[in-house]
Amino acid sequence: MNLDAILENFPQYLQGAATTAELLAISLLIGLALAIPLAVLRTLPIPWLSRPIWFYTYVFRGTPMLVQLFLIYYGLAQFEWMQQSALWPLFSSAWFCACLTFVLNTGAYTTEIIAGSIRALPHGEIEAAKALGMSRWVMLRRIVLPSALRRSLPAYSNEVIFMLHGTSLASIVTLMDLTGVARSVNSTYYIPFEAFITAALFYFSFTLVLVGLFHKAEARWLKPLMPR
Amino acid sequence: MNLHGYLPSLLEGSLLTLGVALSSMVLAMLLGLLGALAKLSRWRVAKAVATVYTTLIRGVPDLLLMLLIFFGGQVLINNIALAMGHEDYIDINPFVAGVLTIGFIFGAYLTEAFRGAFLAVPPGQREAGLAFGMTPRQVAWRITFPQMFRHALPGLSNNWLVLIKSTAIVSVIGLHDLMTRGMQAAGNTREPFVFYTAVALIYLGFTSLSELLFSHLNKRLSIGVRRHSL
Repeated sequence: MNLDAILENFPQYLQGAATTAELLAISLLIGLALAIPLAVLRTLPIPWLSRPIWFYTYVFRGTPMLVQLFLIYYGLAQFEWMQQSALWPLFSSAWFCACLTFVLNTGAYTTEIIAGSIRALPHGEIEAAKALGMSRWVMLRRIVLPSALRRSLPAYSNEVIFMLHGTSLASIVTLMDLTGVARSVNSTYYIPFEAFITAALFYFSFTLVLVGLFHKAEARWLKPLMPR
Repeated sequence: MNLHGYLPSLLEGSLLTLGVALSSMVLAMLLGLLGALAKLSRWRVAKAVATVYTTLIRGVPDLLLMLLIFFGGQVLINNIALAMGHEDYIDINPFVAGVLTIGFIFGAYLTEAFRGAFLAVPPGQREAGLAFGMTPRQVAWRITFPQMFRHALPGLSNNWLVLIKSTAIVSVIGLHDLMTRGMQAAGNTREPFVFYTAVALIYLGFTSLSELLFSHLNKRLSIGVRRHSL
């Protein structure tokens, strides 16, 4: 056991944990903000709106996130116009490309989760809202979204855990997240068990915290909706 | 258009990807069945082992586990070999490491799928079998397993779709899978966009085809099940 090397590099691990948390928070927040309107549009009976959204989620859910990351980070650099565009400083940064990939990926999965909940909404809730004379917008804001988002919580908690695991791909494009730090410690000292298990412990505690938070959220927002 | 002559290489890589995916799925299904039986058994030790297994695996990224098994396994095997007086350096086969890791990870997810499926078979079915004088083994093979499998199908198909996409990370430990072939071609031709798009399309083909197959299988296995609609 070479715990000295781990202790010596502990500040790097903390830094890596911060990077992982940052990547996760950014992708989840923007992904969710993207997914809510897309989910609503996806369930509307307007083909020219719902078809493109179906295509977006189909492509992003049907391909590995690693391929998406490479396509955005390495792939776009193939084009001359991209390298000369004003956006190039963004797209040449591994951090930005990783965030963009994660946002688009979790956005696709979350869109389908929420759209599924909207479709599965109890018919009576919509009927009651209509009977009260609510307009479409008011109904969406007061009835459909609050109810659908609560019902999405169990599936969304799985997506959040998957996303936490997914952020480890950032290490492949040279970012120093938890996995990146573990890989660099391993290649410096050649101590795979110590290096990777330390990172695993960090991920595991992240998972526990997230699962705990979702339990609380479900108890608060979902339980009251369920039949007793 | 044959992608500057790299199409055969990509197709070869696809076969390897499919091989990794299928082998890991078989291993995962075995582990999943064992795990589900352990979780449902009255034997406390088995229950505890299965719970630790599923909790730990689902809390850690697959990439990290793969690196741990590949690099850690290498050290472990060489230490054991050295202790046994074997001086040569042994390399771990990346195919074996990849299949072991992915099978081990998805075994944990399938444990939950199979556990739910076993619980979904009404207990009266088993009791009826026993009442007919079947041995417990006959009840398992003729009554419980076939019915359990139908309930497990949605979980199996979801996990298979996630699994086949997860195989892309075996490229990190040096396996010449579809992803690695795409990376090589992208580097040699300096046309990364073209090749990563091709790789993405092949994966999309795999997942779309799988979905078709599973919906067909679902129809087959649900023959004789009464449908209800709201």
